[in-house]
Amino acid sequence: MTSLPETTAKKLGLVVDLDICVGCHACAVNCKEWNASAKSAPLTDYDPYGKKPDGVWFNRIHTYETLDEAGHGQTVHFPRSCLHCEDAPCVTVCPTGASYKREEDGIVLVNEDICIGCKLCSWACPYGAREYDENEGVMKKCTLCVDKIYNKNLPEESRVPACVSTCPAGARSFGDLGDPESEVSKLVAARGGYDLMPEQETKPVNKYLPPRPRQDGRTADKAPRMLASADESTEGAGVIARWVDKILS
Amino acid sequence: MHPAKSVILFTTASGAGYGMMIWLAVLAALGMLPQETVFGILVFGLAFALIVGGLLSSTFHLGRPERAWRAMSQWRSSWLSREGLAAIIGFVPLGLFALVAIFGIADMALGAVVGVIGAAMALLTLYFTSMIYASLRTIPAWHNGWTVAGYLVLGPMNGAVFLAFLFALFGFADAAAAMRSIALAMLLAGLAVKLLYWQNIRTSAPVSTAGTATGLGHLGKVEMTGSPHDSDNYLLREMGFRIARKHAEKLRRIATLLGFVVPIICVALGLVFAEGPLNLLVTLLSVIACQIGITAERWLFFAEAKHAVTLYYGEQAV
Repeated sequence: MTSLPETTAKKLGLVVDLDICVGCHACAVNCKEWNASAKSAPLTDYDPYGKKPDGVWFNRIHTYETLDEAGHGQTVHFPRSCLHCEDAPCVTVCPTGASYKREEDGIVLVNEDICIGCKLCSWACPYGAREYDENEGVMKKCTLCVDKIYNKNLPEESRVPACVSTCPAGARSFGDLGDPESEVSKLVAARGGYDLMPEQETKPVNKYLPPRPRQDGRTADKAPRMLASADESTEGAGVIARWVDKILS
Repeated sequence: MHPAKSVILFTTASGAGYGMMIWLAVLAALGMLPQETVFGILVFGLAFALIVGGLLSSTFHLGRPERAWRAMSQWRSSWLSREGLAAIIGFVPLGLFALVAIFGIADMALGAVVGVIGAAMALLTLYFTSMIYASLRTIPAWHNGWTVAGYLVLGPMNGAVFLAFLFALFGFADAAAAMRSIALAMLLAGLAVKLLYWQNIRTSAPVSTAGTATGLGHLGKVEMTGSPHDSDNYLLREMGFRIARKHAEKLRRIATLLGFVVPIICVALGLVFAEGPLNLLVTLLSVIACQIGITAERWLFFAEAKHAVTLYYGEQAV
């Protein structure tokens, strides 16, 4: 049934720290690797080695630049994937019951055996979380690595989504966002974690942590000034450097 | 949004077919529906062909058309499911209505009753179709009452234009005159609804922005400097369609002129002229112009609609 559950026992989801993410795309690559060989396989690629490679991915990393009125800019790397919304519009629009939200943990999944590939769920999702597989004729989406996080064959520490376990910067955390005492919930509270497009009224489970404020204009100006003076002055340099400078000048 | 040909054909064709059925039932209830076998076969045949052809064409854009029957199961939550179910159930009263009207298998009074039930199902189906679009918060151009009004008015409008021609062609002067009056009223209503729909797109404040999509709005203007992929992807093909957007004004003029203005003039002339070849010609012209205009209107309905996901790919507001 594509009606949403009243409540879910857990709200499993991700917390993405935009202050830490370096935009290396490792999460997207490991997501592709895991899901192309596990439950969601095949995760189709079209023309993978050609001039215009294209295909289904559950994780897409954008880079944005912000510019305020004072002319201060900031670069932010931004991973985008399914937010496993509490009021998931992709679930309620599904005409077949293929799209569903699990009562036990809140994960939003597609039953590919009954999906008719009408693509309406991708129209209903504001976040671009659902992609159509042209070869299979069905919709695919992030499963929160449901075949990994409960997998008893894996060591305990590996039972997290592939994007989380691979992130070299530690920008992604996984846990129960429905439990206020969980590590992820504490992180969200401490750092002011927020929802993407709250006005779409989807109540996303995943949260994003904002980039910390950059240093002010004065500090930013300092870098070139230091570089210019480094050529000339030995002030603050070590004993050997000063000695070499004295001999050579 | 990508304007899939199958969906454009479906909504225009089945809209016209349901529109025809609605007016046939109205005429039957008023005791004005001519009962003649050949005419009946043709007019009901065309209405059913438009409805069934439209429904079949809508399954062409499915990835798994063989599973289409499953789409009837989720009527509790899904407008698409409700539409499919209403369409299928509606065939029962509409089929009985056709049998009575064509072959006289029962009294016409009974025919009118099942006809009106069928017409109600047809209107309900059109309403469910409109709600598939109007329920999507992600596409603000669609997420309003004008979308519903558009589907509820344009289908019956097109059906009335078709029927006016068919009645005139078969020499049913009274029914033709009645349908011309109805068509004229519906064309004026259709023009008003579409002008207000376009006005609404032009004047409504954006719902979501690149700032709310990324949550970075407080840092200033947000611009994408690095795309996740170098080539195209599904999201951009389906939701980021913008080819027709630059021709929007031109298409809007075509839709307004051919979809409404020309048919209004033709149908009005038809009311003035005596029945005859000239009258038949202008009535035929109204049908042809209306089809081209409504196709342009429907194309624009999709191509002009901005989807929230494009905010992640450089669009500033939707």
